[in-house]
Amino acid sequence: MKKVTTTLMLSALALATSTAFAAGEPVIGLITKTETNAFFVKMKEGAEAEAKKLGAKLLTASGKIDGDTAAQITALENMAAAGAKTILITASGDAIIPTVKKLQAKGVQVIALDSPFDGADALFATDNYKAGVLIGQYAKAVMGGKPAKIATLDLFPGHPVGAQRHNGFMKGFGLNAADAKSNELSTDASIVCMADSFGDQAKGQTAMENCLQKNPDINVVYTINEPAAAGAYNALKKAGKEKGVTILSVDGGCQGIRDTASGIITATSQQYPLKMAALGVAAGVSYAKGGKKSSGYTDTGVTLISAKAIKGVDSKDTKTGLDLCWGEK
Amino acid sequence: MNTSPRNIPWGALGPWLALLVTCLFFTTQSERFLSAENLSLVLQQVMVVGVIAIGQTLVILTAGIDLSCGMVMALGGVIMTKFAVHYGLNPYVAIACGLAVTTAFGLLNGLLVTRAKLPPFIVTLGTLNIAFAITQIYSKAQIIPNLPLELTALGNTFNLGQAEVSLGTVTMLVLYVVAWFVLRDTAPGRHLYAVGNAPEAARLTGISVDRVLITVYAMAGLFYGIAALLSVARTGVGDPNAGQTENLDAITAVVLGGTSLFGGRGIILGTLVGAVIVGVFRNGLTLMGVASVYQTLITGILVILAVAADQMSRKGAR
Repeated sequence: MKKVTTTLMLSALALATSTAFAAGEPVIGLITKTETNAFFVKMKEGAEAEAKKLGAKLLTASGKIDGDTAAQITALENMAAAGAKTILITASGDAIIPTVKKLQAKGVQVIALDSPFDGADALFATDNYKAGVLIGQYAKAVMGGKPAKIATLDLFPGHPVGAQRHNGFMKGFGLNAADAKSNELSTDASIVCMADSFGDQAKGQTAMENCLQKNPDINVVYTINEPAAAGAYNALKKAGKEKGVTILSVDGGCQGIRDTASGIITATSQQYPLKMAALGVAAGVSYAKGGKKSSGYTDTGVTLISAKAIKGVDSKDTKTGLDLCWGEK
Repeated sequence: MNTSPRNIPWGALGPWLALLVTCLFFTTQSERFLSAENLSLVLQQVMVVGVIAIGQTLVILTAGIDLSCGMVMALGGVIMTKFAVHYGLNPYVAIACGLAVTTAFGLLNGLLVTRAKLPPFIVTLGTLNIAFAITQIYSKAQIIPNLPLELTALGNTFNLGQAEVSLGTVTMLVLYVVAWFVLRDTAPGRHLYAVGNAPEAARLTGISVDRVLITVYAMAGLFYGIAALLSVARTGVGDPNAGQTENLDAITAVVLGGTSLFGGRGIILGTLVGAVIVGVFRNGLTLMGVASVYQTLITGILVILAVAADQMSRKGAR
C-alpha cells in the first residue's frame, strides 16, 4: 500500500516537473527519510536556497516513514530518469545500496547527507559518534561519580546513526563501547534498559514507561533525538520522577533547544542540516560544471548545548543554541 | 451458518486464550509484569489504538475496511490543538471542531462507498493520503506545544489500589461497553450485522443498506476524533506525525480480536483483547530486554493465525 501511494505521488511529481526543466541547468535530487520531520524540512529549505543561488534545479522526494527504503529506491530511479546527475540522500537503510551502485555506473554522483551508507561518493554529516561522546561526557560530569542506572531510548535496530550516537554516548560516559564503525548497540551492566523509540515522541514515552517498570531507579536517560527525550520526560513526570534524572539527547532543533532551556532536556548535541544540504547542492553543481566528483567525509560540526555549564565540559548556552537551531524559532 | 451475534462461537475464545497464554509467558519471564501498576500502564498505551479500533471494527463488520483511520486521527489532533493554541478558541469548542472534522471525513468515506459505489479499500486509501497531506500542510509539519489543560485532561490518572488508571483508559473501556451493548442489543446493531452478512437479504427485509453504511463510516470518524483527543492527552502535544502506523495497528487489533474481514461476524470486545495483546507484547518484551522487531515478528504470525482460524471456522460452518 505504501508503495502504491508513493508511486502515485512520484508519478504526479514526474508529470509536474517534466516540463519544467530548462536546458543546461544542472538537476540535483534530494531524497530525505521523511518529509515531515523538522530536521528534513530544514534540510530541504537549505537545499532549495542554495540551488536557487547557484542556478540549479532541485527535485525532492522522501519516504513516508523512517525506514521506508522502498520509496527511496523508487525516488532514486525516477530522479535519475529525470536527468539528475547528482542525488543527495539521507538513507533510510542499506537496502538502497544496490540501486545507488546501478546509478553510479551510469555516471550519477550519489552523496550521503546525515546518514552514511557504503558506496556513497561522499558524506556530509554530523559526526554522530562525537555527538554521542559530548553528551556522554556531560552526563558523566553531572553524575560526579554517583552510580548510574542508565536507560537508552534508541532509534531502531541496525541503524548506523542510532548505533553511533548510542556507542559514542557510552564512550563519553567512560563505559566500554564499540567504535564508530559498529552498527550494533553496545551494552554494559549500568545500562539497565534499552528500548527503541523510532525517534518518535509517543513511542519514546511508551518505551520510557516500560523501562521504568523494568527499573524504577533509572537516573540517566540517553535519547536518540529530542522528540524521544520529550516523550521520556512525560513518562518520568507521570511517575513523579522527573527531578534528579538526567536526560541527554542529540539534534538541536528549536523545540529541543527550548526544552533544554526549560529543563526538560539536560543537554543536547546540536547538528546543522542547513549546512549539510548547502554543501551537497554546491558539490552537485560543481560536478555538473567541472565533472569532478566529491569524495570522503565532511564534518558539518556538532556543538554541546546545555542550560547549565559544568566545570570541565565545554558547552554553549541555550541562547547560542536557539540562534543556530533548525525548525520554527 | 449461524451468524447471530448472541451466539458466541467457540472461535471467539481464541483471542482470550492467546492473551492468557501471552500473559502467563511474560509472568514467568519478568516478576514486574503481573503488577497492577504495569498492567494499567499497558491499558494506557493501547487506549489510542483501542479507540481507533472500535471505529475500524464497525467498518469491518460491514465487510469494509478503513485505511484512513490513523491519518484522520492525526488531522483531528492537529485541528483541536491548533484551534485552541493558535486561535485561542475555547478548548471545548476546539475539541468539538476536531470531532466535527473527523466525523466529516468518515461521512465522506461513507458517501463515496455508497453513492459513488467505490470499494472501501480504494476510497479510504485516497482519503488516507488526503488527510495526511492536509495535516502536514495545515500544521507546516510542526508539532503544536503548550496546550491548555482541558485538552490533556484525559491523560490525568487516579489510583485504584496499586493501579494507576488514566481517564483515557476509562473512556476507552466505557466506549467499548457502549459499542458492545449497541451492537448486541439494539436494532441498529442488528442491522449492521445483517448488512455485513448479506446486504441483499438485508435490503429485502427493509433495511436501508446505504444509510447503515454511511452511519457506520461517520461513526468511525467520530471514534477517530475521540482517539485524537486521547493521543493529544497522552503525548501533550498536537503531533502531525501521529497515526502513521496506527491504521495498520488498528486493523491488526480487529483481526486478532476475531472479527471476520468478510463482514458480519465478530464481537467488539474481542477487538479490545486484540489491542491489549499487541500492547502486552511490546511491554513484556521490553521488560525482558528483547528488541522491538521481535514484537513485530510475533504480531505478524498472530495475525496470520487469526485469519486462518476465521477461514477454517467458515469452512466448518458451511
